[in-house]
Amino acid sequence: MALLSTTGLTIRFGGHVAVNAVTCQFAPGTLTAIVGPNGAGKTTYFNLISGQLQASSGSVTLDDVDLSNLSASARTRAGLGRAFQLTNLFPNLTVLENVRLAVQASRDGTHRRGLNLWSIWSDHRELTDRAREILNDVAMQDRADSVVANLPHGDQRKLEVAMLMALEASVYMFDEPTAGMSADEVPKVLDLIRKLRKDKRNTVLLVEHKMDVVRELADRIIVLHNGSLVADGDPATVIASPIVQEAYLGMAPGVQTNGVGA
Amino acid sequence: MTLNRLLSNDLPRSKLLTAVLLTLFLLLALAPFIAPGVNALSVAAKALIFIVLVASFDLLLGYTGIVSFAHTMFFGIGAYGVAIACSRWDATWLSLGLGIVTALILSLLLALAIGLFSLRVRAIFFAMITLAIASAFQTLASQLSEITGGEDGLNFRLPDMLASGYMYLEQPIFGVSISGRFLTYYILFFAALAMVLALLRIVNSPFGRVLQAIRENEFRAEAIGYRVVVYRTISSVLSALFATMAGVMLALWLRYNGPDTSLSFEIMLDVLLIVVIGGMGTIYGSVIGAVLFVIAQSYLQDLLKLGSDAASGLPWLAALLSPDRWLLWLGVLFVLSVYYFPTGIVGRLRNRAAKL
Repeated sequence: MALLSTTGLTIRFGGHVAVNAVTCQFAPGTLTAIVGPNGAGKTTYFNLISGQLQASSGSVTLDDVDLSNLSASARTRAGLGRAFQLTNLFPNLTVLENVRLAVQASRDGTHRRGLNLWSIWSDHRELTDRAREILNDVAMQDRADSVVANLPHGDQRKLEVAMLMALEASVYMFDEPTAGMSADEVPKVLDLIRKLRKDKRNTVLLVEHKMDVVRELADRIIVLHNGSLVADGDPATVIASPIVQEAYLGMAPGVQTNGVGA
Repeated sequence: MTLNRLLSNDLPRSKLLTAVLLTLFLLLALAPFIAPGVNALSVAAKALIFIVLVASFDLLLGYTGIVSFAHTMFFGIGAYGVAIACSRWDATWLSLGLGIVTALILSLLLALAIGLFSLRVRAIFFAMITLAIASAFQTLASQLSEITGGEDGLNFRLPDMLASGYMYLEQPIFGVSISGRFLTYYILFFAALAMVLALLRIVNSPFGRVLQAIRENEFRAEAIGYRVVVYRTISSVLSALFATMAGVMLALWLRYNGPDTSLSFEIMLDVLLIVVIGGMGTIYGSVIGAVLFVIAQSYLQDLLKLGSDAASGLPWLAALLSPDRWLLWLGVLFVLSVYYFPTGIVGRLRNRAAKL
């Protein structure tokens, strides 16, 4: 009963195969961590799923619908929500406007997903209310009217999660959500990610370097190495397996195992 | 509050800005009474035309982040639409209407074609494509002299009701004769007012917010599910249609159109300057910038003449202030305003108000 699956997903850049025939299923209600050394193809794999890159071969299906030929925006509308490794927001708009734009993108209504030219934006109360609700969930209601460019880094990461929540997607993809955050901010973001699959219908995919974060959140780990899927299983087994010790942790143990608080 | 709704909940948010806008509104609304001279009224009419032209360009540049040099092409299409229709056919309301509708349709198709074919490419290439198309169009307009009158342009007549000799009242009111000219001015005034309010509504609609999101971060706008090309294309089509209407206003006022009047690259640069001076991404900025620019352009020479005469004791200063140097001073004003007000007049005023 897979919600999201990739079949033989491959991309070549010239002669280099960045992601090599990755076949994998992700069930609803699960949180899968994708680990691997730098350059293993984790972010590229993400880009192939969310449509920022088009695969050379192979397919991506969500709820038995083939997404392979859809653009990134169409895949988002189909239910794939994606957060980015580098903070990727609308810097000169306010926090509330950022979230409201995501709410508007996700919901059909009188605003017709933004194609309504002749109503006043602030009149669409249902969008504003939903956006404020989400800001409450991420404890950012006090920041609603701040301009995003002026926010501290940690708040910007939280806003990334808030925008993802606003999309009401069925699959949420996080690319190193805690990168560059201070130690006291990390647990807040992890809590938010946990919340996303609380109702057991959503699937969360997570690219993460910090092993303690992975151990704490994931109920499954897959390992990519040189673009290929080399290990797949529950966290304890995968981390202990020889192939991971060699392929991943063995590469640069000093960096890779250095999680927050470790 | 109805005023609030009329302004699409986008109030000036600064007392000084409100005062400036109100002053400009009253000046333009009462221009025939305040400055009944032919020249002064023409300056006011030009200001109205530029308000629409600049505000429509701001929808493109300031709100959507698209750099286009083809904006005067659509301005020219509007002016030529009226000019060609009214010079080939009788000077009736029907020919005028047909000219306007044809111009709007042509602009719509051209903007749609340019948008669909080239809005996918990077901003710099899009700017160059529009530059090429605009130059081609300008050449075409001066070469097809059979239709466009070539370099000489077209003089034409409008319906009599708009002629300056057509009197609606025998007696002048407050010393102003209520002629066809008077009527034409108020047609321009209410057209400009309606279009500015329409643009204000568009930029403050759910659609307008998506445009701003695209300007801020196109990649992310696409990633949260907006089809960026569609939004950009609609924005450039709308902007082209408003520019066409500005061209129609120009033709109504001048009763003449030629390549230099509506298609020249100089106008394109002026529009670009005004958007930056007024404040990109604010319709109010376009209004203020356009009026200031037109006034400066029209009266800077007179002002310099005064200065030059006053400084006749100092020959070097008098030479520097000679009316022929007005472009130099306009340039200096522009550099200073960009340097000191990078967010434009409106951005500056709003920031000040937010800090108080």
